[in-house]
Amino acid sequence: MRVVEKTQLMSATEIDRTLQRLAHEIVEKSGGVANLALIGIRRRGVPLAQRIARAMHGIEHAEIPVGTLDITLYRDDLSKIAAQPVLHSSEISFPVDDKDVLLVDDVLYTGRTARAAMNGLFDLGRPSRVRMAVLIDRGHRELPIEASFVGRSVQTSDREIVEVRLNETDGEERVMLVERVE
Amino acid sequence: MLLIKNGRVIDPASGTDAKRDIWIDGSRISRIVPAETQAASSPSTNGETLDATSLVVAPGFIDLHCHLREPGGESSETIETGTRAAACGGFTAVCPMPNTRPVNDNASVTRSILERAAAVAATHVWPIGAASTGSRGESLAEIGAMQKAGIVAVSDDGHPIATAKLLRQVMDYCRALDLPVVDHCEDSSLFAGAVMREGVQSVRLGLRGMPAATESIAVGRDVQMTELTGCRFHVAHLSARGSLDLVRAAKKRGLQVSCEVTPHHFTLTDEDVVYDTRFKMNPPLASAEDRAALIEGLADGTVDAIATDHAPHEAALKDVEFDRAPFGVIGFETALALALELVHSGRLSLMRMVELFTIGPARVLGKKRAIAPGEAADLTIFSADHPWMFHVKQSASKSTNTPFEGRKFRGAPMVTIVDGRIVYRRET
Amino acid sequence: MAERLRDLLSIEELTAGQIAFLLDEAKPFQEFQRHPLKKLATLRGKTVALAFFESSTRTRISFATAASRLGADTMNLQAESSSLKKGESLLDTARTLDAMKPDCIVMRHSSSGSADFVARHLDIPVINAGDGTHEHPTQALLDALTIRDRRGTMENLNVTIIGDILHSRVARSNLHLLSHFGCRFTLCGPAMWLPREFECFGKQVRRSTRIEEALEGADVVMVLRVQQERLHEPALPLDEYILLYQLTPERLRLARPDALVLHPGPMIRGLEIDPAVADGPQSCVLEQVTNGLAVRMALLFVLIATGSEADEARGAHAAH
Repeated sequence: MRVVEKTQLMSATEIDRTLQRLAHEIVEKSGGVANLALIGIRRRGVPLAQRIARAMHGIEHAEIPVGTLDITLYRDDLSKIAAQPVLHSSEISFPVDDKDVLLVDDVLYTGRTARAAMNGLFDLGRPSRVRMAVLIDRGHRELPIEASFVGRSVQTSDREIVEVRLNETDGEERVMLVERVE
Repeated sequence: MLLIKNGRVIDPASGTDAKRDIWIDGSRISRIVPAETQAASSPSTNGETLDATSLVVAPGFIDLHCHLREPGGESSETIETGTRAAACGGFTAVCPMPNTRPVNDNASVTRSILERAAAVAATHVWPIGAASTGSRGESLAEIGAMQKAGIVAVSDDGHPIATAKLLRQVMDYCRALDLPVVDHCEDSSLFAGAVMREGVQSVRLGLRGMPAATESIAVGRDVQMTELTGCRFHVAHLSARGSLDLVRAAKKRGLQVSCEVTPHHFTLTDEDVVYDTRFKMNPPLASAEDRAALIEGLADGTVDAIATDHAPHEAALKDVEFDRAPFGVIGFETALALALELVHSGRLSLMRMVELFTIGPARVLGKKRAIAPGEAADLTIFSADHPWMFHVKQSASKSTNTPFEGRKFRGAPMVTIVDGRIVYRRET
Repeated sequence: MAERLRDLLSIEELTAGQIAFLLDEAKPFQEFQRHPLKKLATLRGKTVALAFFESSTRTRISFATAASRLGADTMNLQAESSSLKKGESLLDTARTLDAMKPDCIVMRHSSSGSADFVARHLDIPVINAGDGTHEHPTQALLDALTIRDRRGTMENLNVTIIGDILHSRVARSNLHLLSHFGCRFTLCGPAMWLPREFECFGKQVRRSTRIEEALEGADVVMVLRVQQERLHEPALPLDEYILLYQLTPERLRLARPDALVLHPGPMIRGLEIDPAVADGPQSCVLEQVTNGLAVRMALLFVLIATGSEADEARGAHAAH
């Protein structure tokens, strides 16, 4: 399968501005950040969560804890992949019970990753509330899942892939729309 | 009438290695002439002519050591299928060991084997009788009666002759009857529980191993007993350098000691053993040094015969965990080709190889083996070059336990003649 | 990572890369043991057959728990089971289990090479939980994980193994594994259990019949059980063994001060190991057990979580 780049959806500056805006929105709509914790979904949700937490620190001057969650063990499609997935540890150093949790990921698509993330989260305890923040919502939901905070909504077709590239994970900073070509 | 034309006759008894035409009349060789002689002087042949150009014609091969499993183990092999496989391997006579069910320890079992052989066997069958009753190592078997019925030697093969005291009795008795004693040389305490040769491979595989001394300790005992009794003694399936050294020294002292080596022992080593029961036999595959010593012994005359120890086991018996599998591999149909590998690599002359299959084993049994007028028309005609691949599915044996599946060979038996009848002819 | 693992029959056939991969995959499962809810749905609907032809409590429970915490079901065959007493062969027993379509078989058997034998006949993954005196791969993996966690590395260490080396599958698996990482081995025990051929097992393996000499400079000391059930020959009198080979605090002091003490279990306190050492700060036996669970969960995950539909779609069986 080959992949062809189609358009750039977001530049580095646009990413930054969007994350800042999301941070403000989250602060506004959370009714206080004292009990809030961000959990980044591996892989790219993690640097995004860290950046949002830093931005919120700038706004509220409060330290928001950030955890990471690996959802491989909770995926519903393991039997369809032939390759051996590499597991990573989840690192959540704060108790999850009664926490106001905000899951953070780069792209919201079918909703299955979010479902798996919630399964993983609920194995650790009983949060008081779970919401989700994503950089891109590309539609095509297969489960009843919604993100409370969306950086940008994009219309896509099935053959297209939204690639979020971040410095921490990819060495560059932009969001690309690419297409699968046979 | 059968005419074998233009073959390269290799006859160790006369030292012949030359092109000859051979006439066979009934079950005997009637005439032998140099191959250039024109047909004009030949009597009218109202029989068959076999063109043996580019083939070797040797006296009929003898296998001193094999297991035909009948009576009692017919699911693994029968006298009929075993001798057919032997004929396919170029053998004209085989010596089946007595570890059948019942054990061949009395004349009636011997007679029943020979009657069966007369009816269905493709080759001569010269049975070896048990040394002790049931081969249990307690008391002498009915050796004299069995000799009258037709055994050519005694052995408790499968087991060593249990004690020095029993061995002495057997040897004293057999010396008087002029029968050779064949011993499966093994020290039971060192053998117990072992499934392969002790070495790096056995340690790596976690399989219990037996040291080379397991065999040579028993050879030492038997050589001394030969000296004490004057009986003819033959070491079955010799596999270790230490054993060979003892045989060489005994021969030098003029003792009537002989020995045989199997093709798998001069071809493979313990490094070839993996968790594959087709590589499990007793004595087990030995070290590389042992193999080198055996090949040297084959060449320098210390070893008297190549014997297959053809030991069939039906697939269900061998298809188990290594520890539990019975010992043994089949070998009739690969013996010649494996011996030819030694000839092709220059370690054995062709004449010497033929000796190891003919006059060598014959001498152990006190028989003659020659291509001469009046001699029995038992002949092994083979190609030293014919390329082929061994596939056990095509074997005439009922069993498939061979370590040589898929091996490429150069040289094969082509025609086997027993008592003047063609019992095997290779399809090419 | 190079080749996808299909069975785990031995450490000897694994590459250093595959070993490192398995140890890394075990890390999330170590952390998982601290969750309040120890139940995943990752292997829901999968079945793990536990075929323990040789009796074992600890390893069997460890594998059963690993399967269960991943959400899988288990089929249990134990040594005392009646079909084995009736003389059913290993192959028939394995085929019977296979006919019930488990997703993998974990087996322990007293014949070396038995796991390899079963794997040749079945299509499903086979995990060797101990075959005769040949190998015990998951033990070596959990030992390596324990060493790596406690010492920060498993490379270039001096490892001393004490006991009946000849009959030890734990020793063989550990030799194969840690040799990939530059470890130097000293094998110690009575002469008849210490054949010379072990020195061919790696580039740096030496033997000693004297425990004092063997312990000098050791970073890791592995104490083996005295396997009374496995001795079918004249055994060493136990008092003799204790006198010459028991790991006492005084002897342990000959090793490096931070040397780790490992034992595959079950221990017989007062026989091969002094209770003070077994319970002392250098002893890692409890971590070994926890790590055993993590390693076995990782292994089950790697072998059966993925690919069954992908394999079928490609028309491929895990054939050997």
